[in-house]
Amino acid sequence: MEPAGGAHGNRADDPLEVYELRLYLAGHSPKSVRAVENLRRTCEEHLAGRYRIELVDLLENPQLARGDEIIAVPTLVRKLPQPVRKIIGDLSDTEKLLVGLQLRPAGGGP
Amino acid sequence: MAPSIHAPRTRPAVSSGLGKAPTGIRGFDEITGGGLPRGRASLVTGGPGAGKTLFGLEFLARGAQDYDEPGVLLAFEESAAELADDVASLGLDLAGLEASGDLVVDACRVDATDFVTTGEFDLDGLFIRLSAAVQATGARRVVLDTIEVLFGALDNEAVVRAEFSRLLRWLKDQGLTTLITGERGREGQLTRYGIEEYVSDCVIVLDHRMHDEIATRRLRIVKYRGSGHGTNEYPFLVTDRGLMVWPITSTQLTYPVSTDRISLGVPRLDEMLTGGVHRGSTVLITGTAGTGKTTLAAAAVDAACARGEPALFVSFEESPDQLVRNMRSVGIDLGRWVDAGLLRLWGQRATAFGLESHLAAIERLLDETTPAIAVLDAVGSLTHVGAQSEVTAAVAREVDMMKSRGITGVLTSLSHEGQAETSSVDASSLIDTWLLLRNVESDGERNRLLFVIKSRGTAHSNQVREFILTDHGAELLDVSVGPRGVLTGSARMAQVAEERAAEAEQSAELERRRLALARRSAEVEAQIAVLREQLATETAALDRLVAEESRGGDARAAVRATLARRRQGGRDAPPPAGREG
Repeated sequence: MEPAGGAHGNRADDPLEVYELRLYLAGHSPKSVRAVENLRRTCEEHLAGRYRIELVDLLENPQLARGDEIIAVPTLVRKLPQPVRKIIGDLSDTEKLLVGLQLRPAGGGP
Repeated sequence: MAPSIHAPRTRPAVSSGLGKAPTGIRGFDEITGGGLPRGRASLVTGGPGAGKTLFGLEFLARGAQDYDEPGVLLAFEESAAELADDVASLGLDLAGLEASGDLVVDACRVDATDFVTTGEFDLDGLFIRLSAAVQATGARRVVLDTIEVLFGALDNEAVVRAEFSRLLRWLKDQGLTTLITGERGREGQLTRYGIEEYVSDCVIVLDHRMHDEIATRRLRIVKYRGSGHGTNEYPFLVTDRGLMVWPITSTQLTYPVSTDRISLGVPRLDEMLTGGVHRGSTVLITGTAGTGKTTLAAAAVDAACARGEPALFVSFEESPDQLVRNMRSVGIDLGRWVDAGLLRLWGQRATAFGLESHLAAIERLLDETTPAIAVLDAVGSLTHVGAQSEVTAAVAREVDMMKSRGITGVLTSLSHEGQAETSSVDASSLIDTWLLLRNVESDGERNRLLFVIKSRGTAHSNQVREFILTDHGAELLDVSVGPRGVLTGSARMAQVAEERAAEAEQSAELERRRLALARRSAEVEAQIAVLREQLATETAALDRLVAEESRGGDARAAVRATLARRRQGGRDAPPPAGREG
């Protein structure tokens, strides 16, 4: 079994790590729809079987924005593994998304 | 797009053109004629530590507390706990207001290292949080502190700009009075990201700079659309009772005035002022070191307490005990008034604290003591803690505080040799009565002179008096004005003695002359008597002659008669006696 690994460790290699993701959206705007699609696709490709996605519509639950200090939408919050990471935007740049989720080291090659 | 927003809970948006929302910040509402533009956005900008956040917090807290206008604070830089601590030092209870539902503090810290951006986004999260908070409290006021953080944290500046401008539009549509804080930019820019472009209604610049090695805070209103405003740089303070902006001089000269006159405790001084000074007016006593400024002020306090009026004596130079002892040596017993609870003595070196806390302390003392007369001894000491212009402003504020409370103020100020008619604190235009004490050195001694330089509303004496300190208080004496000028002290006494001697000599001379004249007149009288005697003798002689002559005539007539008789007897009678001669 591999050690827990540093912040820059390549967690994609750890098959036991479960990714708990929360995506904050505001209604069903095109940006929201794109963000959901992009997130699902990337997770299937890189984290098949070990991720959980929770969608939060702030229009329905505005009070939830305070907990994770959400300002922009869409915002993806990686609750687990620690530490918490936030990725803002419609997640259309897959490379940046992978870096943000620390599935690939920052500045890593294609 | 922003979520649907319901109407605010408490009152409808005020749509009247130039309504103003009072900030409750002392002095600020005065210079803006009422506060910030209601229903619009204002920008307050300044460098680090200039007091932007405190300004915003006080605006919100006073609004909720005093003007029934709940508020929302979105804090991007500090946590709610940090903010609560900040305002606790201003005497504002943020937690209490939050608990009562009049205030929401929403801290949304944005740390650029926390997140990555990928693709399109907007700031609906912020809108949603803000509108939820506005609805929850029925807020009428919003403070965004410091929204510029977003520009640095989110790498897509174009989006942030567009969203910021949308946010301002939304706030305006809601009729929310908004205050945005901004960090001062480089090279004279008002804000780092140019957000002043979006806030066109009111822009306030706060400045915190070192001046003569003393930290000073200034406030300036750069722009206030559709409203007159003071354009000066106003000193402002962070006190433990909130922020305070000082209008340089009182902008409102609307003090209640009294025609009642009160004694300054030195009878002949009251005489010079035709019965004392007006109650509630301000007296400035200037003079060089050791001219008796403090004693004169103490005499005024003594007189007030003797009338049963409460008094305050603030000393920046002596401790209360020292003051009591020193005044006792000139026969002014302040201790008994302290014991009687009439007099409050308060001493602290001016250098012990900055101007800010100084003013706050004075104001608190005036409020607690509610004195009829207050002495500040000596205002010049403040120049150790503030630059000249700040000190002048501080003194102006103190005069203002006293006048607005109807308190007779006595300020002493040290002036320097050779500039006797300027005070080290240039406050002469603010005061009503100006007494100047001056040392005159002559004949190996120094003596004190007192002049009344001005006294508004009083036909005051133009005379100079000698001011002496005796063991039974301060006294004024007439000075001697002789051929060598004004004389005081032993010179005055010598002059008096000389005058007396000269007088005596003169009267002796007069006596001599009177005697001489008497003598001469006696001589003349004697001569007259002699002459008169001679005349009488001569007259007598003449009379004798006349008498003899008449007797001779009779004799001749008798002879003639005899002869005639004889001729009647014989014709050969001799010729008449008339021929005999």
